[in-house]
Amino acid sequence: SFLPERSNLAGVRHILLVLSGKGGVGKSTISTQLALSLRHSGKKVGILDVDLCGPSIPRMFRVQDSDVHQCDSGWVPVFVDQDKSISLMSIGFLLEKPDDAVVWRGPKKNALIKQFVTDVAWGDLDFLIVDTPPGTSDEHISTVEALRPYKPLGAILVTTPQAVSVGDVRRELTFCKKTGLRVLGIVENMSGFVCPHCSECTNIFSTGGGEELARHAGVPFLGSVPLDPQLSQSLEEGRDFIQEFPKSSAFPALTHIAQQILDGTLQRSS
Amino acid sequence: SSSSRDEALRDKRARILSRGLPKQKPIEGVKQVVVFASGKGGVGKSTTAVNIALALAANDSTKEVGLLDADIYGPSIPKMMSLKGNPELTPKNLMRPLKNYGIACMSMGFLVEETAPVVWRGLMVMSAVEKLLRQVDWGQLDYLVIDMPPGTGDVQLSVSQNIPIAGAVIISTPQDVALLDARKGAEMFRKVHVPVLGLVQNMSVFQCPKCKHETHIFGADGVRHLAKTLELDILGDIPLHVNIRETCDSGQPVVISQPQSNA
Repeated sequence: SFLPERSNLAGVRHILLVLSGKGGVGKSTISTQLALSLRHSGKKVGILDVDLCGPSIPRMFRVQDSDVHQCDSGWVPVFVDQDKSISLMSIGFLLEKPDDAVVWRGPKKNALIKQFVTDVAWGDLDFLIVDTPPGTSDEHISTVEALRPYKPLGAILVTTPQAVSVGDVRRELTFCKKTGLRVLGIVENMSGFVCPHCSECTNIFSTGGGEELARHAGVPFLGSVPLDPQLSQSLEEGRDFIQEFPKSSAFPALTHIAQQILDGTLQRSS
Repeated sequence: SSSSRDEALRDKRARILSRGLPKQKPIEGVKQVVVFASGKGGVGKSTTAVNIALALAANDSTKEVGLLDADIYGPSIPKMMSLKGNPELTPKNLMRPLKNYGIACMSMGFLVEETAPVVWRGLMVMSAVEKLLRQVDWGQLDYLVIDMPPGTGDVQLSVSQNIPIAGAVIISTPQDVALLDARKGAEMFRKVHVPVLGLVQNMSVFQCPKCKHETHIFGADGVRHLAKTLELDILGDIPLHVNIRETCDSGQPVVISQPQSNA
């Protein structure tokens, strides 16, 4: 297939999609934490937020009031800080007011997603993480089709342990198979809550569903991330959880997931 | 006279714009339609919709309640209501809803295999939603509870343009990103002229079963502040409780199986 000379994705080494099928399992959370962990390993990361109805990424980095500027090659992504090591693109930056609702039917969404994939001047990136909305609809079909010529590394599927989530993620696995998207692994999020007072662990959303699904489907299990109020709080305040809370309960699982992604890319290049 | 000219112009514009949109027509036999929406995924729309539908029936045994799962991509109702199987067809070629606990249910989940994803673009989704609304033999219902999918797109537009809706309940968790989407959800209903009955704060607080210490895992009271800003009522505050999830997973929603619990 034809790739334009100076494609905006030419400088991007690896493209990763974060999918789920189920809403509210933590796709955006995992996308941001993965980006932060990779940044701490010295990588340059971009996040493309194709959730047009509920763009959460800008808020998680506290840059929701930033504007997007144009350059010769297209849109300039929003940098999270002076380092310029993490850059973002989301419809959240294009809305007049952050509370504006995007109530669009499919064809309009598809057009914007195509633009988001080809017209953002990312420059040189080690990783581009694509955060998606829940489901298997227009946004997903368009995103996978638009990314196909750029050969994405694969997809990470996020689930919570409970049965209704696992059911949706099973469907998402089939979606990946049908569209030829490699599944890098499954992450089980919100897996258990440890009471800060007495250390009793309660499995509010059940446990083990994600791991079992991974085993059943023959895909790698990347890890279980527990419910961590400090993580939720960091996201609300746009803080760097990986830097500021290394002793928190979700830290080991999140950094382990990032490490497996890094190891996987090393394997593939050798 | 310039204001009456403006009004005439506005009316003409509205008439021209509404050509081509589906005509809003109530479903025969259904008295009132209440939708449960959120904007954000995973805040507990299906869980709340199922339990409220059951509560409506439990509170007044003379009322007939129906439950429509409009989440085409991720139908959760079959699992929560312990229902499975393809719907039968009536002599008039309408689908017969599946019943459990006295509630008539219809879901995409009954029409496709459990593991099959529904990878459809918007147009097909529109026609599927129409079928789930109109090609079902609902009978005489006092309430039809509709569980919406997350987002503010095709399904929400199709449902609100197709049938008159008595009101929408918006569900959110206390965290920022959920509230942001809940606000968009409320805005969407305003755009399509559906009255918002109020907000429900879900997953508000967790009480450790061992030491009773309370933790606000997803933040505290965010929904109350949003309700005040949007001038809406808080219809309820639901805590995080293992029982809610356990009973949904096993298909015996907490309202039926543990009516005396906190939830």
